[in-house]
Amino acid sequence: MSRDADMDRRRFLLRAGKAGLGMAAIGALGWWAHDTQGPGAESGRAESVKLPSFAVAGTGGRVAVVKSGHRVPALRAGLETLGGIAAFVGAGHKVVIKVNAAFATPPALGATSNPELVAELVRLCLKAGAAQVVVTDNPINDPASCFELSGIGPAARQAGAKVVLPHPGAFRPYTLPGGRLIVDWPLMYGPLAGAHRLIGLAPVKDHHRSQASVTMKNWYGLLGGRRNVFHQDINGIISELGRMVTPSLVIADGVATLAHNGPTGGSLEDLRPTDTMILGTDQVAVDSMAVGLLGLKPAQVPWLGLAAQAGAGTTDYESLNPTKVELG
Amino acid sequence: MRIVTVRRISQGFFLALFLWFCLVATVGERLWQLRGWPVNWFLELDPLTGLTSLMAAGSLYAGLWWGAAVLALTLVAGRFFCGWVCPFGAMHHFVGWLGARNKPLKERVQRNAPHPAQQIKYFLLAFFLGAAASDLAARLAMGQVAAALAGALVLGLVLLATRKGQGGRAYALAVGLVLAVWVAWSLLAPSGGAWLLAGLLDPIPLVSRSVNLVLLPLADAPARVAWPGPRFYQGAGLIAAVFFATLLLNLWRPRFFCRFVCPTGALLGLLGRHALWRVGKTQARCGACMSCDASCSGAARPAGRLRPAECVLCMNCLDGCPEEAVTYATKPSLGGEAAPDLSRRRVLAGLGLGLAAPPILSLSGVLGPGWNPALIRPPGSLPESEFLRRCLRCGQCMRVCPTGVLQPAGPSFGLEGLWTPVLGMTIGTSGCQPRCIACAHVCPSAAIRPITLDEKLGKGEYAAQGPIRLGCAFLDRGRCLPWAMDRPCIVCQENCPVSPKAIFTRLAWETVLGGLKAGPSSGGELAVSGKALKPDALASGDYYLQAGAARARIVTNGAASMTLAPGPDWRAPTPGAPLSVAVRLQRPYVDPARCTGCGICQHECPVSGKRAIRVSAENATRERSHSLLLKGAGPG
Repeated sequence: MSRDADMDRRRFLLRAGKAGLGMAAIGALGWWAHDTQGPGAESGRAESVKLPSFAVAGTGGRVAVVKSGHRVPALRAGLETLGGIAAFVGAGHKVVIKVNAAFATPPALGATSNPELVAELVRLCLKAGAAQVVVTDNPINDPASCFELSGIGPAARQAGAKVVLPHPGAFRPYTLPGGRLIVDWPLMYGPLAGAHRLIGLAPVKDHHRSQASVTMKNWYGLLGGRRNVFHQDINGIISELGRMVTPSLVIADGVATLAHNGPTGGSLEDLRPTDTMILGTDQVAVDSMAVGLLGLKPAQVPWLGLAAQAGAGTTDYESLNPTKVELG
Repeated sequence: MRIVTVRRISQGFFLALFLWFCLVATVGERLWQLRGWPVNWFLELDPLTGLTSLMAAGSLYAGLWWGAAVLALTLVAGRFFCGWVCPFGAMHHFVGWLGARNKPLKERVQRNAPHPAQQIKYFLLAFFLGAAASDLAARLAMGQVAAALAGALVLGLVLLATRKGQGGRAYALAVGLVLAVWVAWSLLAPSGGAWLLAGLLDPIPLVSRSVNLVLLPLADAPARVAWPGPRFYQGAGLIAAVFFATLLLNLWRPRFFCRFVCPTGALLGLLGRHALWRVGKTQARCGACMSCDASCSGAARPAGRLRPAECVLCMNCLDGCPEEAVTYATKPSLGGEAAPDLSRRRVLAGLGLGLAAPPILSLSGVLGPGWNPALIRPPGSLPESEFLRRCLRCGQCMRVCPTGVLQPAGPSFGLEGLWTPVLGMTIGTSGCQPRCIACAHVCPSAAIRPITLDEKLGKGEYAAQGPIRLGCAFLDRGRCLPWAMDRPCIVCQENCPVSPKAIFTRLAWETVLGGLKAGPSSGGELAVSGKALKPDALASGDYYLQAGAARARIVTNGAASMTLAPGPDWRAPTPGAPLSVAVRLQRPYVDPARCTGCGICQHECPVSGKRAIRVSAENATRERSHSLLLKGAGPG
């Protein structure tokens, strides 16, 4: 056998080896990626996040009503009555304030949470030792514009809060345990992750479909997706929202009530001075009192009954002996 | 420092400035937001933008006079804009440089040799000028500016005719003939309109559109500096295709777009070819090393007979000449100069086609009976015939729009509408925000007038004329939940931002379950028979039990019982009485007298595909002939 022939054989074996490795690699890749089932109906679903209770132990059933035409003093007096902000916010806490920033309208029109009130609440939380205060909402109108035009964004930032706007990464699928509507639905979980306290702060507003929009309807702004489909069962969704969120505290701002053309308003004539702020740990009780500012009785508002029935609170607010404060 | 280094710094600076202006065009007060940044400056510098808008609209709006400054400077210094300022030129220059690296001299000389297709840009320039001047003749009598432009044109033709050589006279006669025919035609059959089609290929609008509507949304998706959420632009693929095609073609011929396509470059070339200072050889014969030809960005053949109109002043020839035989001076090149490849026929064809384009495209009736009701323009937009005279298709309005509702119109809106702004109600974050006039104030050419908030909302001194309407919302009762499917909804009514609301409701009761019979009642609870009920299926608060004409709201229900919340007129039905269940429906209606066409209802409608309420351009205030309502008629 000549030397050349030997080289040829060696070269052939080498090339054959490389080709064999290549074949094996392709075969292995094909084997590894092979799928005999195909995608199932539930493919692409992520696991549901869990929403803890934000209630502060020992503060259950506290409700305060402050009669005042000025928001900041009303807030201070109301919190004082409930045991002070320190009863709810402690050192090192991450506090989330869920405002109503639904519309890109100026604060004077009252369709959104009042910026001075937001700022004061932020300051009080920080003073009570909160490590971080987050102000958030997933508004209906353009989010950035809503926070700027409503004045909430600048006021909250100036008071030292972090303002979190909705973005795709903030949403996680959520299923309400025992829920009928909120099933595998995008929830704005980002700002809530790691939070110790959750405070709802909402104006009292007329709402043609649900009759009233107060603190429980305000949680609508934690949902993402095409959440408007839930309007088919507005009472059902508000009561599920009341079950979904167990807040540390809710505040219904009825110093002025958006009495007509709600929930958007749009004219100063839609507002009515009602000089009332209701604060409490029982959101059903707070909302039951607040609908009175719109001339409604709790029994006329189906979502209140449904929420009470589901265990989110009581419509019989008098049974909680709400503290009444009147400021001059 | 080498002159090419200075040139590169200049290009880099202006490109960076341009990109910065793209980034900061976000409404807001922070340093990286709009504040007072002159974000339109590059569009204003582009002289073709100014010239065509002057011809079509009759004035140089706001900062568009910057283009005149560039033209004036070009008369002195040549195409400095192309080589030193234009951000699109800088991109082409860079990609062309990438493509030519490590190529042998011979191939680089070949790539940078003059190519007959360089004529195309003059053809395009003639076409766009023609389209912008299409009805200049008919408007002569109407405006001083039009008269002055026409005078300048005639003067130019006379000058051209009296020039010796190069067939100037024949040229002038031919152009004059085309124009004479045109004047005659347009006086006899006025109003084809004049359209600013230049924006389709005008370099600064093109690059603004591409960066703002394609590159920025991609780059900002993870960074979220320009917008808090994702940004969508319909038809971004077509814009991107044009942009990347022009960029990649630089690998075949450096500065492909500048040499073959750019109508602004053509304009500057024509004006700058007799510039006071220009590039040229200081000796008739040199060593013929071809290093200047190999690096010439504009394919102007510096080694031979220079074509000054093609020279973009990149100064590569000066820098690379081993004999220092190339200079930038007030003398013409000693190597001789060649006129641009201006084929008379092509220029005439371009001009003629351009003049004819608006009337031809108008044959589809876009400004008349064939108007497109999907063409919902931003608030403050001029009537369509005026809008098309001014819109640069630059995309600044779509960039700045806080909600992202402003979209580039696609090919379905015709050549005249392509990439002009149109509201895509379902795609932004929430229709057109009532308290926003950002687009009207960023528009560089006033195709969208700079309206005030008071004018948009119809307040203050505008109270009598009412708000600006973009169109009117129409309900599609076949798709609407309360109208077609017996399901409560009224999300549209809830979100209507007008006060009092432009969407109102009327109460309707639809029987959804019959054949029930009353059983005994105790307290609020009533036994029912006839059909088994699904427990709690009627507990949503929207269902009512009917007995004759009386109704009571169902609070909860079991399989054969109901808990009722009776009203004052409810009497417990006698056992055996026939009962039925009705759903309480609030059905939406649109009041066209109040509707501003903002589209928020359409955006929020839960029928997620083709919405059950949709805005259409009827009743928009900008087109009086499209109004719906009679003034003073009707109850309210």
